[in-house]
Order: sequence, then C-alpha cells, then structure tokens
Amino acid sequence: MAEAATAWHEVITEVLRRNEVSLVTYVPDNVLRPLIGAIEADPYFTAFPVAREEEGVGIVCGAWMGGMRGILLMQTSGFATLANVIASLPCAAQIPAVLMVSERGTLGEFNLGQALVCRTMRPVLDALAMEHHTVTRLDEAEFMVERTLRQAFATQAPACLILSPLLTGGKTVKA
Amino acid sequence: MEALHNAKVMNRFDLTKRLVAKLKDEAVIGGIGNSNFDLWASGHRPQNFYMLGSMGLAAPIALGFALAQPQRRVFALEGDGSLLMQLGCLSTIATRAPRNLCVILWDNGVYQITGSQPTPAATARTDFVAIARASGLSQSHWAADEAEFESLVDASLAGEGPFFIGVRVDSQPAVAQPERDPSRIRDSFMRGVGSKG
Repeated sequence: MAEAATAWHEVITEVLRRNEVSLVTYVPDNVLRPLIGAIEADPYFTAFPVAREEEGVGIVCGAWMGGMRGILLMQTSGFATLANVIASLPCAAQIPAVLMVSERGTLGEFNLGQALVCRTMRPVLDALAMEHHTVTRLDEAEFMVERTLRQAFATQAPACLILSPLLTGGKTVKA
Repeated sequence: MEALHNAKVMNRFDLTKRLVAKLKDEAVIGGIGNSNFDLWASGHRPQNFYMLGSMGLAAPIALGFALAQPQRRVFALEGDGSLLMQLGCLSTIATRAPRNLCVILWDNGVYQITGSQPTPAATARTDFVAIARASGLSQSHWAADEAEFESLVDASLAGEGPFFIGVRVDSQPAVAQPERDPSRIRDSFMRGVGSKG
C-alpha cells in the first residue's frame, strides 16, 4: 500500500480553503465532529455554531452578498427545517449558499424519526431544482466537493452536498 | 418592563426616514413586509437589501454581511413577529459581537401584514430589549421617543456595536413596496456595497 489515505474531513477542509470558503456556520452533529474540529482549529476559517439552520442560511447569504464565501453544515433533520428559507432567499435571489448535510436516517439508523425525515431531503432538493450530490467514496470526495463549490459560485446557485454513512461511517448504536 | 411600557408609540415610516437621512454608505437589510416596504418608501439607496421572503432572517443576513465587510456599518430592520421566529440569532450576534452591526426592532405587537393578529409576545407583554440584553447584547435600549431614537442611531453610527434598538410603533401600513424581483434586488445591493461590478 502507498501512504495512508487522507481522512474525509481533511479532504473537505482543504477543498474549502482552496476555494476560499472561509465562513463556516454549523449546527453541531456527531458525525461532523472531526470536520468541525479541523475547521475550528484552523485560523483561516471564521467558524461558529448557530442556534438554528435557518439562521445559518441567512448568515451565509448575507456574507456572500458582502463578498465572503460560506457554507452551512448540519444533519438531515436540520435540513428538513429549511425549505421555506432556501426557496425564498438563495433560490429566489440567486445566492450560492452551499449546504453540507451529514446523512442520518439510512444505512443503520436507530432513530425512527431520523429514518422518516430523511425521506424528505432529496425530494425537497429536487423540488427546488437544487444541484445536489451524495458523497459515498473517499476517492471521489475531492472531485465532488470541489466541482460542486465551483459550479455554485460560477452559476450563482445554491447547492447541497450530502455526506453518506458510506463516507463518514455514520452514527450507530448497538442493537 | 417599565422601559417598554413608557416608550412612546411612534411611526415606523417616520423613523425609517429619520434613519435613512443619517446614512452615507452604510448597508441596510430590510426585513420581510413593512420593514422593507418603508425602507423602500424612504428613498431607494444602492446599499439597501429588501428581504421579500425568509421571515426572521434580516438580522442573520446582516450578521453575515457584517462579518464579510467589517469596515462598513450595517443595520437590520426587523419586525417583532419576525424576531420572535428567530430569537436564537441574538445569542449568535452576541457571541460574534460585530462592532459594525445594529439591529433595529419595530415592535407593533401584531402580525400587521396578515391582518394585525396580536403576537404571542404582545399578549404576554414580552420585552424584546430585555431578551436582547439577556442574550448578551449589552447595548440594547428602548427608544423613548423620536429624539432618543435619533440619538441611539447616532451612537450606533459613531461607536462600537453590536447595538439593539427597540422601537414601539403604530400599525400604519407602508405607503409603497419595492419591485418583487429578488435577483435584481440582490444584484443591485451587491453593486451598491462594492461586492460586484
């Protein structure tokens, strides 16, 4: 084997930096913990938690209108709170708010509520005609994240990256 | 609570005009409904953003903008019903403590645009300035009258924020509305604040 593979959260951190996404807002999530930790530890990023996902969309949109690129990190249930503000702010005003969702509710979910609300995520993204991709493999992560960011900024369109348990390991409990 | 109930009930359009008259290159984020309608009616400025949807996000948008352009002051104009939907943002603002941000709350106690139904906060006599202060925004004040509103705005233009100004207002509807073209509004704002063009 060659050198040890870079972890998924290291790949994402580097791609965010390379694309000048310096503002990172998030609602904490256990699966995202290594990514949040890496970003918080890096002085390049302005990173902080928000009280609610809607608020993060507003902050990222306001920052972009001021000339700063940003992203909002959350889990599936948090995304489910966002349809109205995504439709009426970044979609309507053509603002490239980038969302990154740690996917709960599938591939070993233990919480019925998460399993149910997960089913609404892709239909909502499709209904809003939002570009979205699900990252499942480490060897595809850099390409998918980088190209999604570039396209969002180039076309002034919001986008969503879903991080599958296949990539992150997800969150499980013993049965 | 006393401060709230001693504050004079003023007129949002009158006060919006008084605010705008003091501005140079400051950004203003007008919240959903009458907050941005009165901003528009006070005379369009390239540095104005008129938020047509996303109820409750005027202050978060202003926070994001304040972080992106720390050298430019930004005002958020938000209604009481809108803020009630997103009270958590006050803690976030307090945590980031942007020196260039001022939130102005128009408190008429009703959801004016949907038929003037009273808000739960009005019925419960909730004090938004007390909430702001308890959220960590120490420079939070009710404007007792028009003169104090102007002096609080002057202080926010001269000093280091974040600031929160609570204003009791009547239920006069707005006299004009901006054109409902969100991408055009966004593009105009970005050019007005030097982010584009």
